[in-house]
Amino acid sequence: MPASYGPAALLPGWHTLDERVPHLLGARCKSCGTYYFPKQVSFCRNPACNGGTFEEVALSRSGKLWSWTNACYAPPEPFVAAEPYEPFAIAAVELAKEKMIVLGPVVKGVGANRLRAGMAMELALEALADGKLTWKWKPVP
Amino acid sequence: MKDVAILGVGMHPWGKWGRNFVEYGVTAARAALADAGVAWRDIQFVSGGATLRNGYPGYVAGATFAQALGWQGAQVNTSYAACASGSQALAAARSKILSGECEVALVVGADTTPKGFLKPQAGERPDDPDWIRFRIGITNPTYFALYARRRMELYGDTPEDFARIKVKNSEHGSANPNARYRKKFTAEEVAASAMVADPLRLMDICATSDGGAAIVISSLAYARRVGKTGAPRIAAISTVTPSFPSVIVEMPDLATDSAITGKAHSFRAALPKKAYEEAGLGPKDVDVAEVYDLSTALELDWIEDLQLCKRGEAAKLTRKGATRVGGKRPVNPSGGLACFGEAVPAQALAQVCELAWQLRGQAGARQVARARVGITANQGLFGHGSSVIVKR
Repeated sequence: MPASYGPAALLPGWHTLDERVPHLLGARCKSCGTYYFPKQVSFCRNPACNGGTFEEVALSRSGKLWSWTNACYAPPEPFVAAEPYEPFAIAAVELAKEKMIVLGPVVKGVGANRLRAGMAMELALEALADGKLTWKWKPVP
Repeated sequence: MKDVAILGVGMHPWGKWGRNFVEYGVTAARAALADAGVAWRDIQFVSGGATLRNGYPGYVAGATFAQALGWQGAQVNTSYAACASGSQALAAARSKILSGECEVALVVGADTTPKGFLKPQAGERPDDPDWIRFRIGITNPTYFALYARRRMELYGDTPEDFARIKVKNSEHGSANPNARYRKKFTAEEVAASAMVADPLRLMDICATSDGGAAIVISSLAYARRVGKTGAPRIAAISTVTPSFPSVIVEMPDLATDSAITGKAHSFRAALPKKAYEEAGLGPKDVDVAEVYDLSTALELDWIEDLQLCKRGEAAKLTRKGATRVGGKRPVNPSGGLACFGEAVPAQALAQVCELAWQLRGQAGARQVARARVGITANQGLFGHGSSVIVKR
């Protein structure tokens, strides 16, 4: 999967820029197969592996909600808060194939009260208050 | 025998005093020396817990305290290990003593903290996971809330269970002259406090504080010579790292390890496990525990990680009153972080100070009856944590 780097992304190379079906871009150790997000490019952290070569992989773009919360007050800098501040939900999503949990903000308009354990979540791209694009989680419609 | 003696402990009260951290450290150190009956000039090794929020003197805290107390030629060390900094400074001193390089050491941690959320170092630093997570809006309470919600889903814990921890700890802390918050709170007051990170409210989450704590430790032979044969002893200090793959998302990470190649591990549970092994003691031996209640719900996780009850049963234990002073399994008799707020490099030492007072029977109205074995548990960023066992 080619990585498309755009000026709009807060963290270029951390996710694809296809807003319809975005993927987080992780890495997979060529020796032991362990997945990493954010990408790991020079050393494998599995203590049983001396691997040092990785392939970039698009991580599963959906998973199960492991836990969730929200940010009722504006986080401190370097977060850029909207004026007035709008609380947002935060999700921890379990990816079955990669056997890992990935955190992310939840898209605007979906409050913590709409989230339930185990519900299916998928990746979305949405701008933060300063216009920078980042990955977010949203319930599968 | 790997034990060392705790000859003396001391604190500067926790608060938001707004003074230089060195003042708190010196006050705590002098109190610990007086409590030990050891002259400052006799201290052979000074071990400081570093603070990162007070400039260069904080990075070299051991030397900073040594200079403030008056240079007297002792060997010196500074340890930084996030919330476990105090324990690592203590471990360094213990190693010096056990290796025979010195007989008596002073360990000090102190901090002055800014108001509000703890935040990362300034600048545009996308290589630092701690910077990235704040950039996208993930604060420390986010993680505490994710764990709390998880407990609600797995074990049926309720916000009322979490509030019960605050009520209990505030009752304990009301009798502690070193605690910052000494008001007894009710469940209604907790429930009426502002929601910060659902399901956790303001009163479920610990504040950041100024404070200082210090401990004088020595070899058992030295303790005998100064007439402190019966002093409480440190029987274990665990500062293990997590094991890969760690499958609970930890501050400041955005993702867990991938568990496709191996068995999943819990970091929190590993910390006391190593301490029990080192001390040759088990959960049944524990009379009193001081755990890192960064949030109310986290105290429940710790109770289970310390194996004081089965996984998922800590809320039930608390509901029965077993974790109160006077109950069968007293937890956080000091009042915990709920009443102290966190003064990072001092906090793990403060836990050990409390155990020393408890084991000496000097804890006043918060005294746990017949306390002979105590354990601490603490965890911070970047794979740091500690568990210390103190015994009589």
